[in-house]
Amino acid sequence: MQVIRDDGSLDPELDPGLSVDEVVALYKAMVRTRIVDDRLERTQRQGRIAFHVGSLGEEAAIVGAAAALRERDWIVPCYREVGALLWRGYPLQRYVDHMYGNAGDPVRGRQMPDHTFSPAHRYLAVSAPIGTQIPQAVGLAMAAKKRDLDECVAVFFGDGATSSNDFHAAMNFAGVFQPPVLFLCRNNGYAISLPVERQTASRTMAEKAAAYRVPAARVDGNDALAVLGAVREGVQRAANGGGPTFVELLTYRLGGHSTSDDPRIYRSEQEVDAWRKTDPILRLRKHIEQRKIWNDDLDSDWRTVCDLEVKDCVQRAEQKPAPELSEVFTDVYAEQPWHLREQQAQSLGGPRAGADEDES
Amino acid sequence: MTEMNLVQAINSALRAALREDENVLLMGEDIGTLGGVFRVTQGLRDEFGPDRVLDTPLSETGILGAAIGMALHGLRPVSEIQFADFIYPGFDQLVSEAAKYRYRTAGEFHVPMVVRTPYGGGIRGGQYHSQSPEALFIHTPGLKVVCPSNPYDAKGLLLEAIGDEDPVLFFEPKRVYRAVKMDVPETTYRVPLGEAKVVRPGAQVTCLAWGAMLYEAFAAAEEVAKEGVDVEVIDLRTLWPLDIETITSSVKKTGRIVIVHEAPRTCGFGGELVALITERAFLHLEAPPVRVTGWDTPFPLTHEREYLPLAHRIAPALLETARY
Repeated sequence: MQVIRDDGSLDPELDPGLSVDEVVALYKAMVRTRIVDDRLERTQRQGRIAFHVGSLGEEAAIVGAAAALRERDWIVPCYREVGALLWRGYPLQRYVDHMYGNAGDPVRGRQMPDHTFSPAHRYLAVSAPIGTQIPQAVGLAMAAKKRDLDECVAVFFGDGATSSNDFHAAMNFAGVFQPPVLFLCRNNGYAISLPVERQTASRTMAEKAAAYRVPAARVDGNDALAVLGAVREGVQRAANGGGPTFVELLTYRLGGHSTSDDPRIYRSEQEVDAWRKTDPILRLRKHIEQRKIWNDDLDSDWRTVCDLEVKDCVQRAEQKPAPELSEVFTDVYAEQPWHLREQQAQSLGGPRAGADEDES
Repeated sequence: MTEMNLVQAINSALRAALREDENVLLMGEDIGTLGGVFRVTQGLRDEFGPDRVLDTPLSETGILGAAIGMALHGLRPVSEIQFADFIYPGFDQLVSEAAKYRYRTAGEFHVPMVVRTPYGGGIRGGQYHSQSPEALFIHTPGLKVVCPSNPYDAKGLLLEAIGDEDPVLFFEPKRVYRAVKMDVPETTYRVPLGEAKVVRPGAQVTCLAWGAMLYEAFAAAEEVAKEGVDVEVIDLRTLWPLDIETITSSVKKTGRIVIVHEAPRTCGFGGELVALITERAFLHLEAPPVRVTGWDTPFPLTHEREYLPLAHRIAPALLETARY
């Protein structure tokens, strides 16, 4: 399913009817996500942060989906969805502080970069093991249903995750218990190096949903308005007590899996170039330009604003000290038990490793 | 007070929790209509309805993953894993997810959930209905591990676990599910986590045990008493966080320690207990610490009574330790 036509006009049958402000806000959020991404990738390349997992080329699938949700709906991320968290107003400084693992990092330097979370933004915590968040999202939605709350839960995962046992357990539970959950499968073509054709013999990800009798849609994941429309339909279904929805978002990971990856080993430049032409940001820009609500000046102004913002955040993050060492020993349990008090004292009173040699 | 066995006491605790807090919810395989394969949840679906006592599809990953999601959104799920031997498909959800959620969100999210599971041998269950995997979970930062031995403690500890803000694994000694009976209050009460109990005071040897093996340790202590050896038996009740004070002060008094558990010896909890005791009471020890445990084999069927650390193996260990 596509909504934005090649000339930038919208398919009138499928037009989700966004106002000028709404569609511009969506576009701006996608651009901001990409600029943040780009800056963090460069920061990693300079050795100033350890790692980054970006969303280059997948901004429509991420931000477009978030834009379809209501404020009270939950987002259960995979790990590439910080654009959805930023869409919800998560402070950029907090995110960049997290990327640096500094004293401003909400998780106190305990996690690799890009392991974000925020109860205030109804955004659960990123976890690296693949697929584990999917049954959790189903449980969250079951809780919302049991408590009679008009909320739904959108869970992101990739094509690779559809091979995990967690995925199948979650889909089966959703089919049986009918909670208000949206399964958002970003089919970006690759699970690190493995192309989707070798990941599964299924022709589509959406057909996996059929086995569990979960209604499924398959949309152009690089078309922000198609994503928004399909997710909105899922929200409607859930809100009307219709239970789960599966949406396959067909997109392409233009970058590596993460900054630790080298995609040249497993795919050709020609393949990537072909997908660059379907860039979701260019697609939406074409639409808003065609609507005469956007132009080159506005575009370059906005990019400058975003760039300055993220540069400023990076600069501030670099000034912040490391979190306290004692924070390694807290939040394991609600109350710190004796053995952790003991180990904390041993660590704080013991010799220091100091910085890695290659860091200094 | 009513005389109850372990099954009835746990059922009574679950009923009380369901009555007192509408956010408590039970789920697991066959726990609803059937009342569980051990009938621990018998009658609860009738009383509280299918929305609070959920018969789930057959997936430990699904059960434990969904429990985490529920706990993140205000519920207090109590899941049953039909046998501890079947917990491994959900291991990732417990170890990577439930255990770490608080830490990895600096306390902004947490998952108050209880996982009940019958464990242990002696029911002719062979290698897939007899295991004691507690050490795997004690080894996981963020989890609490409880193992009651009797109906009174089981009810009080389970109610405490359901009220706890951290994920708790609750191992139920199925070998004595119906064998042990005692008076249990109908009312709600709690037994605090992290407190061991001296169940038989003694002066010469400290014997640590939990769950079903507590009775074997006790029987062995009674037996060696006839030969003049005075054994102090301690029921750990909560395996982690451990009541180190009670254990250390007992060992400082007796100078001798015998640890009993069903799980295989190597990297079993007994090894950790020996290390903790040695670190704290080395100069008080009069004999090498001894472990009486399951063997380092998968759990066998025909010779299960020779695999288990029953009184016939504990008593000689107590005598040897006392006379060392």
